[in-house]
Amino acid sequence: MKAPAFAYAKPASLLEAFALLQNPNAKILAGGQSLIPSLNMRLSSPELLVDITGLPGLSEIKLSNGFVRIGALVTHTRMEQSAEIKKHIPLLAQAVPHIAHAAIRNRGTIGGSLALADPAAEYPACAVALEAVFHIKGKQGERRVKATEFFKDLFETDLTPGELLVAAEFPVAEKSDRSVFLELTRRHGDYAIIGLAAHNSRIVFFGAGAKPVVAGNAALKKTLKEAKEALKEDLDPPADLYNSSATKLYLAGVLLERAWNTLTT
Amino acid sequence: MEHAYDITLTVNGAAVSRRVPARLHLIDFLRENLELTGSHTGCEHGVCGACTVRVNGDIVRGCLMLAVQANGCRVDTIEGLSDSKELAGLQKAFHQKNALQCGFCTPGMLMAAQDLLLRGKKVSREEIRTHISGNYCRCTGYQAIVDAIEEVMQTEVPHGQG
Repeated sequence: MKAPAFAYAKPASLLEAFALLQNPNAKILAGGQSLIPSLNMRLSSPELLVDITGLPGLSEIKLSNGFVRIGALVTHTRMEQSAEIKKHIPLLAQAVPHIAHAAIRNRGTIGGSLALADPAAEYPACAVALEAVFHIKGKQGERRVKATEFFKDLFETDLTPGELLVAAEFPVAEKSDRSVFLELTRRHGDYAIIGLAAHNSRIVFFGAGAKPVVAGNAALKKTLKEAKEALKEDLDPPADLYNSSATKLYLAGVLLERAWNTLTT
Repeated sequence: MEHAYDITLTVNGAAVSRRVPARLHLIDFLRENLELTGSHTGCEHGVCGACTVRVNGDIVRGCLMLAVQANGCRVDTIEGLSDSKELAGLQKAFHQKNALQCGFCTPGMLMAAQDLLLRGKKVSREEIRTHISGNYCRCTGYQAIVDAIEEVMQTEVPHGQG
């Protein structure tokens, strides 16, 4: 379908962007790979799209003081090609190829994915597993929010109207750290039936609830058998069109089994 | 209310200026305003890949980008790449291997295949399939498409890489 009518603005500065975002019916447009389909399907009808891709300083990947700071406008393709990410945040490097397809990765951005908070998306789960910190700017100034506190509910985050997620900061992985990213789909690039993003003992499932779910009980267990059993306490995945809750829970156990040896040795 | 904006871009090497509604998709702009109907409008929500075009050298979904976002960009479509003979090898292989039937997906499929070939690496059939997983074909079952891409990869991608 065709999108409903809206106005379009491409601010050149943050100040200009914040002024435009005063409109309560404005929406932020970054890569547009989730927003534009939702407009095409008329699930959303904003008055104004504020295209933030012209804003300076949001497209960098910078390593400093044990963190990698990734600007909100960094595309999935740039994440995939980044030597810093491959070296310092292996979990993200493993996750990126699972995101949609090349043509979509060329435009979709990390900031857009995190701010949208799709429960089946890859980055939010990785950010929770890695305990990333998000930098948020608004008219009132800048604030930082932990990924573990940022995702509130289905497509709901800590962002308030008029605010912009400008960067995400991930801690550099140590040599002894273990990262595993796994995702089950019917076909490469589809939305995950269920997925796992794990960093050492922080095991996070996605496609398993309204937001990334930390498998805190499973992570405490010594043996795989006990951990799989504990998943029943950690997860209550909602059924989707094709898979029941029980199927998803079973598949979560399959992913845990595949990840277990890497995480525990 | 319809809001319109002036845009200037380069399409297949030629400068183009038009006034477009904000909600007009790049694919509809190319097809309806410029009459470049080689790229197809399929699902209109980024799933089928029939509308794949190049923007600043990168393949994108023409239905997931607004024409107004292409302001100042270089856009290349199947017409441009076909005329420049960049796709000649792939087109010949698709023809010879019977890698199309109705042809609806073919322009997008060629754009995606060329994107893979441009990486200059020989990859497995499995990786070819992964790369074209965002382009749907309802006729061929993909086997012949993978055959065609694989053949061009063998002949055109230099040895010793990948």
